[in-house]
Amino acid sequence: MAQFNLNINGREVQVDVDPATPLLWVLRDHLDLTGTKYGCGIAQCGSCTVHVGDVAFRSCSMPVSQVGNQPVTTIEGLSENGDHPVQKAWLDHDVAQCGYCQSGQIMNAAALLKSNPNPTDQQIASAMDGNICRCGTYVRIKEAIKSAAANS
Amino acid sequence: MTFVKTHYNRRSFLKVSAATGGGMLIGFNWLTSCTSATQGGVAVPNEWFKINGYIKIGDTGMVTIYSPNPEIGQNVMTSMPMIVAEELDVPWENVRVEQGMLDEDSFNNPQFAGGSLSIMLGWDALRMAGATGKRMLIEAAAKEWGVEASDLTASEGMIKEINGSRSMGYGEIASKAVGMEVPEEVDLKDPKDYKLIGTAQKNVEGQKIVTGQPLFGLDFKREGMLIAMIEHPPAFGMRVKDFNQAEIKGMDGVRDAFIIDTAYEDEGRFDVNAFNQLIAIIGDSTWQLMKAKKALKANWEGVSPLESSTRHAASLEKDIERGQLQEERKDGNPDAAFARAAKVIERTYTAPIMPHNTLEPMNFFAHVKDDSVELVGPTQTPNNLRESTSKMLGIPADNITVQMTRMGGGFGRRLYTHFGLEAAAISKKANAPVKLVYTREDDMTNGIYRPAYRSTYKAGLDENNNLTAFTVKGVGFREGPVFPDRFPAGAIDNYYASKRVSPSNISFGAWRAPRSHFTAGAEQSFLDEVAEAAGKDPIDLRLELFDRAKNNPVGKEYEYDADRYAGVLKLVREKANWDTEMPGVHRGVAAYFCHNSYVAEIVDIVMESGEPKVKKVWCAVDCGIVINREGAINIIQGGVVDGIGHAMTAELNFENGKPVQKNFDAFQLIRHSQAPEEIEVFFVENDISPTGLGEPGLPPAVGALANALYKATGRRYYHQPFATKDQDQQGEVLLG
Repeated sequence: MAQFNLNINGREVQVDVDPATPLLWVLRDHLDLTGTKYGCGIAQCGSCTVHVGDVAFRSCSMPVSQVGNQPVTTIEGLSENGDHPVQKAWLDHDVAQCGYCQSGQIMNAAALLKSNPNPTDQQIASAMDGNICRCGTYVRIKEAIKSAAANS
Repeated sequence: MTFVKTHYNRRSFLKVSAATGGGMLIGFNWLTSCTSATQGGVAVPNEWFKINGYIKIGDTGMVTIYSPNPEIGQNVMTSMPMIVAEELDVPWENVRVEQGMLDEDSFNNPQFAGGSLSIMLGWDALRMAGATGKRMLIEAAAKEWGVEASDLTASEGMIKEINGSRSMGYGEIASKAVGMEVPEEVDLKDPKDYKLIGTAQKNVEGQKIVTGQPLFGLDFKREGMLIAMIEHPPAFGMRVKDFNQAEIKGMDGVRDAFIIDTAYEDEGRFDVNAFNQLIAIIGDSTWQLMKAKKALKANWEGVSPLESSTRHAASLEKDIERGQLQEERKDGNPDAAFARAAKVIERTYTAPIMPHNTLEPMNFFAHVKDDSVELVGPTQTPNNLRESTSKMLGIPADNITVQMTRMGGGFGRRLYTHFGLEAAAISKKANAPVKLVYTREDDMTNGIYRPAYRSTYKAGLDENNNLTAFTVKGVGFREGPVFPDRFPAGAIDNYYASKRVSPSNISFGAWRAPRSHFTAGAEQSFLDEVAEAAGKDPIDLRLELFDRAKNNPVGKEYEYDADRYAGVLKLVREKANWDTEMPGVHRGVAAYFCHNSYVAEIVDIVMESGEPKVKKVWCAVDCGIVINREGAINIIQGGVVDGIGHAMTAELNFENGKPVQKNFDAFQLIRHSQAPEEIEVFFVENDISPTGLGEPGLPPAVGALANALYKATGRRYYHQPFATKDQDQQGEVLLG
């Protein structure tokens, strides 16, 4: 066990865990931030996507010891009032079916738009390919990202 | 106006109100359960009044509607309350929705998510809950004002005098409606008067989903709760003997480790489970348990043969060629008709075993006490889980509560109870509240899988290219994939259907549109080949058959409505401009009836860099009255993506009883770049009572995909997964 000082959603927090613990489980089990989801544990489905700095990371495969002092943003901290342009677009397009993958999709899309504010359809598809939606809401996800791009 | 006898009798009402505690006033702390103080401009009530099992009205006019059925992403948490709100006649923006507890008496409705049945089975109960509530409010107002109920009208949450000026909101009279006698009969609205049903409403949990609120079973937490994980035998046909218990118990964060047994007498229909004995490890955190699982050294023993995919394929082939198949339907004399036919075409179709892969892995919370059990988690069959838990633990079902969480996908996987039972068995042994969590690998390798299938279709055409003979035989594990009385039964003079179940020790169950997802793919691509052999347009061929079934049906009754079936084909033909050639676009069509709804789809494929790409899918749907247009479109789109994705790439192989694919690195689910670029959905407008949508959108996608791929590549696709299986098929069209 070891102590780690983390910056999560703008808050300084301290956890005492095995250094190999993936950031995902620190968030879910130790910090009660369950918006970040477990889907596969091997960085294949994208449900656990968070931002480390401005970049989308698969938190299931990132040991907490590697986070260092980089700020981490989870779905709970993406916006104060749940009104990030991507979140709003997700509601406008009524994207979710079961909803389980959507926090990962939203975090990945938000990171995409930060690095590329006006992606083409092809760029969206390729940037989002690591995020599985088992319900198959891909058409709506694409439309929502295009709306968010247009509105931000 | 439709006049329907209410099923809300006085006895069931008394039961409901007694449960609410005499004074009818429900204690409820609004602020702890919702962050916003208003909804749709209506203020937070000080007091809530329970009108019936579905409806609670606040003194400000805010309305809570309890959604009875499990939410697996089919959006019933929005659509079911919409039906109640329509008949109660309240503005939707004043309504907040909560998931109801398991209480089938109070809801007067079966609470499960399966067979696309929620809306169809709930239609009467939901409407009557709203209509009786409205009637009671009117009668309370009439009493208050000293007039007759017939002097009043209610709409949009307001009660008004028909020939007077007085009016009041539902919130003002709700307290007095609570004591009213429940009417024996109620008036239900004529569909043409619907204001809410048929509109497009957003998912009531949308805001919570996009902000990552804890909605799912995996997110559930309780003070003092421990995490539990299981390890099942590595192969079907094996059983746990012992394991390095002392070493595991000594690991960091591990509280205990033991073997559970969830077997009990008189197992129910949804208690399918290959492994009753499991190693269970409980502890403080998920990661510590994952590490403990990796450190397990267990001894397993063989109890039945270890099966492999090669044996599966061989046994299905042997059973269909040489096995005794059960006759399901026979019309005319198929043998004689084939002997006379000018052309005979015979094709075989196969599909492999596959897992459900709900993105939220199996999990459940259980707290077993001396004589009571609390269960919380994702289940499509809460009542079955309660009954099975009661039998397993010997605790009366009345002492067992089941709270349904939002589910990260169902697809049939959570019809099965075993993971809830496992949580209960672990909690009992640990004497603590526990949340059982499966890893993805646990989930994929301890499945209740879609069985493998094999079917052979044979058609005979006469010299005028009329379809005169048709046979289908199908074998599969758990079930033979044949629906003998579905299309084209009733439309062909000489028809024969037969099936057989092949044995296996692997656990199989219902997978979204069970069997239909396979039969639709096989039959609809077979008909495409038959149409080609007959020199007919594939839609024309089907329409001819529907005409025959309608005007001069063959044999005993068949299951479908030929007009509605033909209707969706005609609608999709028109919307997609089927009859106009589009250069570079390769199109396939299919139509299928299952789960009481009719769906026709056209898949448009273009070739991009030599690879087929699904550009657009057109869908025409007849599910009767559409409740929530937005949710309905979404679920059909999802079914299309699901059907295309699984037909293209899904396959779970077995080697010596062990599933080969264990996670999403090896098992390929459809991803963004492979999904259709556009999916457009059209509904047949009618006022037939509504039927389901969770499943019917999927099956035709498989057939339409196969037919479009043929146009694009010149090759027929018989064997799933299309992307990787050898598609060779013996025999071209044979001359009779």
